Amino acid sequence: MKIASDFHNISDGQNDGHNGGIDPDQPLVPVHFDGQDYMLPEGANLAASLLAAGVRVFRKTPVSASPRGPFCMMGVCYDCLVEIDGMVQQACQTFVKAGMIITMPARPTDVPSLNAQEPSE
Amino acid sequence: MSNPDLAIIGAGPAGMAAADEAASLGLSVLLLDEQPTLGGQIYRDVERVAPLRGAVLGQDYLDGLPLAKRMARDGIEHVAGAMVWQVTQDGTITYSKDNCSFEIRAGHILIATGAVERPMPLPGWTLPSVMSVGAGQILLKQSGLIPNEAVLIGSGPLLYVLAYQMLKAKRPPLAMVETQTMGDMAAAMPHLGGALRGWRYLLKGSKLLAALMLGGVKRYTGAKVISLEGEDMLRAVRFEARGKPHRLECQTALLHHGVVPNNQISLSLGLAHSWNQQQTCFCPDLDKWGQTSLSHVFVAGDGAGIGGAKAAELAGKLSALRIAEQAGRISAIALAAKAKSLQALKARELSARPFLDRAYPPFKEAISPKDETIICRCEEVTAGTIRTLAKQGSQGPNQLKTFSRAGMGPCQGRGCGLTVSSLMAEQSGKSMDEVGYFNIRPPLKPVTLGELASLQEEDSRSQA
Repeated sequence: MKIASDFHNISDGQNDGHNGGIDPDQPLVPVHFDGQDYMLPEGANLAASLLAAGVRVFRKTPVSASPRGPFCMMGVCYDCLVEIDGMVQQACQTFVKAGMIITMPARPTDVPSLNAQEPSE
Repeated sequence: MSNPDLAIIGAGPAGMAAADEAASLGLSVLLLDEQPTLGGQIYRDVERVAPLRGAVLGQDYLDGLPLAKRMARDGIEHVAGAMVWQVTQDGTITYSKDNCSFEIRAGHILIATGAVERPMPLPGWTLPSVMSVGAGQILLKQSGLIPNEAVLIGSGPLLYVLAYQMLKAKRPPLAMVETQTMGDMAAAMPHLGGALRGWRYLLKGSKLLAALMLGGVKRYTGAKVISLEGEDMLRAVRFEARGKPHRLECQTALLHHGVVPNNQISLSLGLAHSWNQQQTCFCPDLDKWGQTSLSHVFVAGDGAGIGGAKAAELAGKLSALRIAEQAGRISAIALAAKAKSLQALKARELSARPFLDRAYPPFKEAISPKDETIICRCEEVTAGTIRTLAKQGSQGPNQLKTFSRAGMGPCQGRGCGLTVSSLMAEQSGKSMDEVGYFNIRPPLKPVTLGELASLQEEDSRSQA
């Protein structure tokens, strides 16, 4: 599927696609993110590939369930956290592999919030 | 290589130059870096990207190529994807790679972890599609991506560099919303004389500005009352310039108002740091070689104070020379002879800094954000909460962290530490040195139990 992207890809097609590059001619592999299937360039930076595929929201915060997406792209801010095959990881420090199952980390619903007001007796 | 003569943390300009120099003097060098390829952020992925996008990224980026190629020489072992999460005073470094942890012990350690962008808390800065200018550069370098309909917000040379690269790729930004004022430029003028020794930077800057003007990039200067607008994602940027309100609809906003040293490791070692008023950041206390109060631990490059890539390379070489001398590889006389020209070159590289720092100061509204503005992105703590706790007599950043949870999230205060300290200083009337900074402790980045356990398995294997 093709979604309108906020990004333009200037790659000229000579890119080998490994270690984070995105090349229009490189092999695309299926990746599942938040209920949707995407074809992403194998070996490319995961955060960059999802942004290029039109994804803006990567997670909901545990505090207020606010939407977040990549901010620093260099492993500092942890705003691009996603859950990949059961493990929460920084998308900007991860590379696309075929068959990744990615979900949005969200506020756990079965754990009571520490900030919630106790009902007064 | 589990007992190298020198372990270098960070494979950017300072780390690579130091590795090259140290290896050439016969030291065994272990070069640890988080990224999968050499270059740090400024020369990110330069060996792969240079032939693809070198024309757009320009000569300053391509300068990293010969340096990166020299990392293949004998005596250097580059470990890519190595996330250092503990450094102890005895020279032990623990890092994770591919979900396993490893421990090494080095004769000397050089911290070359570079800079991070200064936090720029503005209303709405947590919205998806609001990123940093550095993030914009990384997307362009590593992945060839340029945001459409983007507004660049803030001040400083990096803003112009990215705008120029976008223009060269025929995707100029929608607008530049610049926060520096005419007053800032006037205040910078007394530093111009000194800056002329670093004329290369001034010439480059004026070339960039001329190109942006010719390219028709819309610039607003002296912008204030800046906010990012949107519900679930960014829709528009609001600001005032020359007394008029503006609202620009856009798809992406990129923020920047300077970079600051990435001090996590030197702070975690308990080394002394001082507030640098000119650069508005904490810097580790170092001698002219980059040596800390621990004789076997050095800091070089932007992590020691912001000077840019060329100054970082020179600083890396100087540290390597002093380490080689301490390790008995060169004499004190040889050290002095080799260092003289490097020190002169470094001084020239740094000569434009006072002018640049004064002409493009941090944005006041982001140094002292409005009460409603979130300053800790992880725990969603507002400036108002910090101010209230500070007024109630909170004793310092660490107590404030316990009370508010600011700095307790996964980024471990990297995004809010400076803001928390400056809000405390503002409320208490104390200096930044008196207020200080969060205590930084290992693990320096989140690690899994599995990664910790792998260390134990390695121990029992080696003892077996």
